[in-house]
Amino acid sequence: MEMTAGNVQQADLNGALPVTEDGVPIKMRANQVTVHYGEKQALFGVDLNVRKSNVTALIGPSGCGKSTFLRCLNRMNDTIDICRVGGEIVLDNEDIYDPKIDVVELRARVGMVFQKPNPFPKSIFENVAYGPRIHGLAQSKSDLEEIVATSLQKAGLFEEVKDRLDEPGTGLSGGQQQRLCIARAIAVSPEVILMDEPCSALDPIATAKVEELIDELRENYTIVIVTHSMQQAARVSQRTAFFHLGYLVEEGKTNDIFTNPKDQRTQDYITGRFG
Amino acid sequence: MFWTYFFILIAVFVLATFYGRSRSLQVVNGQLSALHSRPGYHGGFLAIVTVVPALIALIVWVIVAPNIMNNIVSSQSADFMSGLSKPAVEAFLRDARALAFGGIVGFVDAGKEHAAEIYKSLNTTSNILMGVIMALLVAGGFFYGVRTIQPQMRARHFVERSVMALLILCSAVAIFTTIGIVLSLIFESLRFFQQVPILDFVFGTHWSPQSAFIGAGAEATGTNSEVFGAIPLLVGTMLITFIAILVAAPVGLLSAIYLSDYAAQPVRAVAKPMLEILAGIPTVVYGFFAALAVAPFIRGWGESFGLTVSSESALAAGVVMGIMIIPFVSSLSDDVINAVPQSLRDGSAGLGATKSETIRRVVLPAALPGIVSALILAISRAIGETMIVVMAAGLAANMTINPLEAVTTVTVQIVTLLVGDQEFDSAKTLAAFALGLLLFCITLALNVFALRVVKKYREQYD
Repeated sequence: MEMTAGNVQQADLNGALPVTEDGVPIKMRANQVTVHYGEKQALFGVDLNVRKSNVTALIGPSGCGKSTFLRCLNRMNDTIDICRVGGEIVLDNEDIYDPKIDVVELRARVGMVFQKPNPFPKSIFENVAYGPRIHGLAQSKSDLEEIVATSLQKAGLFEEVKDRLDEPGTGLSGGQQQRLCIARAIAVSPEVILMDEPCSALDPIATAKVEELIDELRENYTIVIVTHSMQQAARVSQRTAFFHLGYLVEEGKTNDIFTNPKDQRTQDYITGRFG
Repeated sequence: MFWTYFFILIAVFVLATFYGRSRSLQVVNGQLSALHSRPGYHGGFLAIVTVVPALIALIVWVIVAPNIMNNIVSSQSADFMSGLSKPAVEAFLRDARALAFGGIVGFVDAGKEHAAEIYKSLNTTSNILMGVIMALLVAGGFFYGVRTIQPQMRARHFVERSVMALLILCSAVAIFTTIGIVLSLIFESLRFFQQVPILDFVFGTHWSPQSAFIGAGAEATGTNSEVFGAIPLLVGTMLITFIAILVAAPVGLLSAIYLSDYAAQPVRAVAKPMLEILAGIPTVVYGFFAALAVAPFIRGWGESFGLTVSSESALAAGVVMGIMIIPFVSSLSDDVINAVPQSLRDGSAGLGATKSETIRRVVLPAALPGIVSALILAISRAIGETMIVVMAAGLAANMTINPLEAVTTVTVQIVTLLVGDQEFDSAKTLAAFALGLLLFCITLALNVFALRVVKKYREQYD
């Protein structure tokens, strides 16, 4: 397989990444992260290691801060005026809240897929080409076409849309739109992909396809996914973090969290006693 | 008498509402669930069947009665009115009415007093007759309504349909008014085109309706069709509109982008109303601003470069008109830009696009249809605008595209053609209608064109 620019960069930095006790490189590290919305504190001192080439699921009841935390990881919270973030979040040994960091570049490295599919009102091709265009990733038109095709292939959408790339992306079905959004995120060769309840607006069949896709993407990308569905967390993730009332209660192997949680609150949540 | 009857009907309406409501409860002995429609609908039903027929009769009476009375009076005082011309007959009847009902009377003579007597008695008869008819209609409607109120009666459907009829009536008023205006424009224009060939008007390049009459004084009967060429006016209108859009489109659009995507909430809360105040300034104020401040400034500025600038210039009028239409562009564009879902902005930002990239590549294309219609609305305003151009652009029908010269526009010429004492059937006056029609056709074509453009290039986001 051809190495994209993002992969090369990732490979170069591999040696420098800190590793967990079981030897997995840590792609992103959150250290005592707090978030305030105005007067209200939404996150309290969250420490979390995001392991490279793993799917980390963030679960918890509504309003527990899991989406807030996710949005800290690529500074999407910057767009909310009243939001203040404290603590430290490190991507490849760089503090992403350091004033020297360029947010635009950060978001190219840490891509995001949203809850509701939000394709641009442009053609399918233009949707995927959007990121490469603004970052100047393609030297020529054929380069761009190749990036688009590869991204659509990786998102498992290419076969379905290859004959109608110039039709509007908004004309696809919900599941196809969400895979288009994933293709769009892949096209800028991010290192980390953040997914905020990517299947909550999809029917079960589309959900299955997206979950399958997430599992395939794990090979090349580090993925953090927020989900309301515990079954989904169990199906797609290797690591699971349980949030409750703004605190990170517990983090561990998905299997351990679901079969043998250490904290009573986690136990109550996964057995359906609340949330 | 009309108002007395009218207020009586309103009182009846209110009473019937209450009675219908209690009547419906009475027929089911207070058991609400037995009624098909809630008591309020029964009240509405009874009020409508009681009052509406009488109200219609009243309106018809108000419209028809004066004519009938005039006819009766005319036929009964024919011997006083024989040999009078049509205006004299009207004056006679007017004086007679004034004698009968009070008012300013020109002069009194036996004939008018006779006619006034007839008016008085006719009026009394008519009022009594109308009162009786209305009482019958009200009573009939009321008894029909009371008898119809039954548990299973579908009063709700009736009331809903009546409301719909009222809504249709109101929109019909708006539509028929528009149609009426257009038709009157067309028919008066046709009279104009009988005197001046339509091609001379639409393609002629010489506009000077003051010299429309061939000959002098009482012999001036013919019409010189050569002087009604509308092209100079159109060129002037286009030139000024173009300058106005050149000012308003960038300023309006960019300020809309600032307001919707960059401005902090407090700034927006102050700045948006401020911009909209611009739309509330009377155009006549803009007019003297243009004529007294901007035009001399432009002339002074141009002369310092050694240019010849007329003291009434297209540039001055265009710039001020542009300022006038900024709020149309900015306020409407701001609304449509705000309507673009936040999720699209997030999606773009999540891919590492900067704010300006997001706006240029995602937000503006999605908002394009709304922005185009805002611009079209602004252009229509500019084309139809009169006061600023009357004051600042001049009256000389120069055919030029030099913005530093005085030009005139279609609207200005309509004003000058109709202001003052005019014969209504001269080609000069009728030309105003033809110009109005032309203006209407241009704005219509513009709207159709814009709609097509929007349909073709729109990026639909939902």
